[in-house]
Amino acid sequence: MADDCVKVGGLGSNFKLIKQGAEAKLYKGIYLGRPTIVKERFKKSYRHVDLDNRLTKERMKSEARAILKCKAAGICTPALYLVDFERRRIYMEEIQNSVTVKDYVAQMSEEAVNGDADTGDLLMKLNPIAQEIGRVLGKLHANNIIHGDLTTSNMLLVNNGKDIPTVVLIDFGLSHVESSIEDKGVDLYVLERALISTHANVDQLFQVILSSYVEENKKQCREILKKLDEVRARGRKRTMVG
Amino acid sequence: MVIAIGFEGSANKLGVGIVRDGVVLSNCRQTYITPPGEGFLPRETAQHHRSVILAVLSQALQEAAVMPEQIDIVCYTKGPGMASPLQTVAVVARTIAQLWNKPIIGVNHCIGHIEMGRLITGSDNPTVLYVSGGNTQVIAYSRNRYRIFGETIDIAIGNCLDRFARVLKLSNDPSPGYNIEKLAKEGKKLLPLPYVVKGMDVSFSGILSYIQKQSHQLLNSGKYSPEDLCFSLQETLFAMLVEITERAMAHCGSQEVLIVGGVGCNMRLQEMMGAMCDERGAKLFATDERFCIDNGVMIAQAGLEMFKSGNVTKWHDTTVTQR
Repeated sequence: MADDCVKVGGLGSNFKLIKQGAEAKLYKGIYLGRPTIVKERFKKSYRHVDLDNRLTKERMKSEARAILKCKAAGICTPALYLVDFERRRIYMEEIQNSVTVKDYVAQMSEEAVNGDADTGDLLMKLNPIAQEIGRVLGKLHANNIIHGDLTTSNMLLVNNGKDIPTVVLIDFGLSHVESSIEDKGVDLYVLERALISTHANVDQLFQVILSSYVEENKKQCREILKKLDEVRARGRKRTMVG
Repeated sequence: MVIAIGFEGSANKLGVGIVRDGVVLSNCRQTYITPPGEGFLPRETAQHHRSVILAVLSQALQEAAVMPEQIDIVCYTKGPGMASPLQTVAVVARTIAQLWNKPIIGVNHCIGHIEMGRLITGSDNPTVLYVSGGNTQVIAYSRNRYRIFGETIDIAIGNCLDRFARVLKLSNDPSPGYNIEKLAKEGKKLLPLPYVVKGMDVSFSGILSYIQKQSHQLLNSGKYSPEDLCFSLQETLFAMLVEITERAMAHCGSQEVLIVGGVGCNMRLQEMMGAMCDERGAKLFATDERFCIDNGVMIAQAGLEMFKSGNVTKWHDTTVTQR
């Protein structure tokens, strides 16, 4: 079955394009009898060819490595099926019955507006999700995995029949392994800013996420929170030196 | 018919410009240029601004053929920027406003760039890449405010380029960035450099310290020429900017990009951004050095828009702020 795809040079009629992001195309289909997503990173013509090849290869490697490490650590990610450097494709498990945290929060916010609920009610509904996200991130960093692009579009919620859905992390192209505090602080900072810019009405969720994060990552949490404050104070809010 | 005069001096450019209902009547500017290998410091920059501002003001009035009585509002850069240069300009603006008895408006420097960009290019609701010596941000307008989606988490790209120019001892005339661009055109070999994108943010201090440390060795070994280094730095830095801009566009569903700020003059950056836009079916808007580089007109224009929506700065608020 994999041979058919390879022979044709393309993915064959088996696969359908479902999404096109800034960096890659996502195809959906069946591979080895399982529902599969193929992530194909396209060539960026604006970049120098060498730079483009180097970045794509690095990101594919990072993604594959991070997924395997997460599996070993017990963090939910799609299962990795195949990595094809030549065609810049990664074949992975399609997580079914899922919705991104971004869409879920947007949906809840809209329902709240329509139902005349206030922000307090909305936050209460979202709290369990935020807590679960914090737990997963705490585990991620406790295992020295840096995601590199934490946004609500890169977290999936899967209905598992229990009260709290499973949080699945995706899109590890910018990830790497690092035990230092600096990168973990920056990782959290990226999430905080993503929340503020995308879900401004519920950015208090970040505090909820942090509170369960520190429970899960007890070893380094104090220093990481301090580092987070430091990172927040950089850039625009710092005196221009040099 | 409102005529606005704008004063800008947050960095080393001192600009005075006059605008009337979207038409630029005059745009005068003087730049404080330091010797090769040196950057500009607050005290000397403020001294420079003090020494030229009145002359530039007269020139602006003359070129616009406008008398002080005809000016309706006085606008100045409230911030962000360097404290003493900002203060120097604010003092003059305050004095002028009182002498001529006109309302005064403190304008945000970054918004000045954006409003000018929009006026000159006619773009409607673009994703804005604001890149200069002091700023590197990706901005989009949402829910009544300009919001920052991505930015540098340490230094600005212009600052990175300027500091590298010092390592190569390039001339600062007309600007270090311009001379890097010139050299880069002759560069051929791509040196692998650290490429740091964190989510929608970028970080330049790593690539700067790497290239500062390695330059001498690389140049002495004969493997890379100064042209190659400039070329490699631009290709890498600009690719990072294009990437975060593209992410913001994908996030906001935007089909327009506007580049503002001094680094926006760089033709290679415009070229790369254009290539990305073509692939997405989006449109690129950019201005030339008259408006990319800090100028007084952008302050006048933004001030005018603020005035039209009822915003005037109270006297005790006519201060400046570094951030």
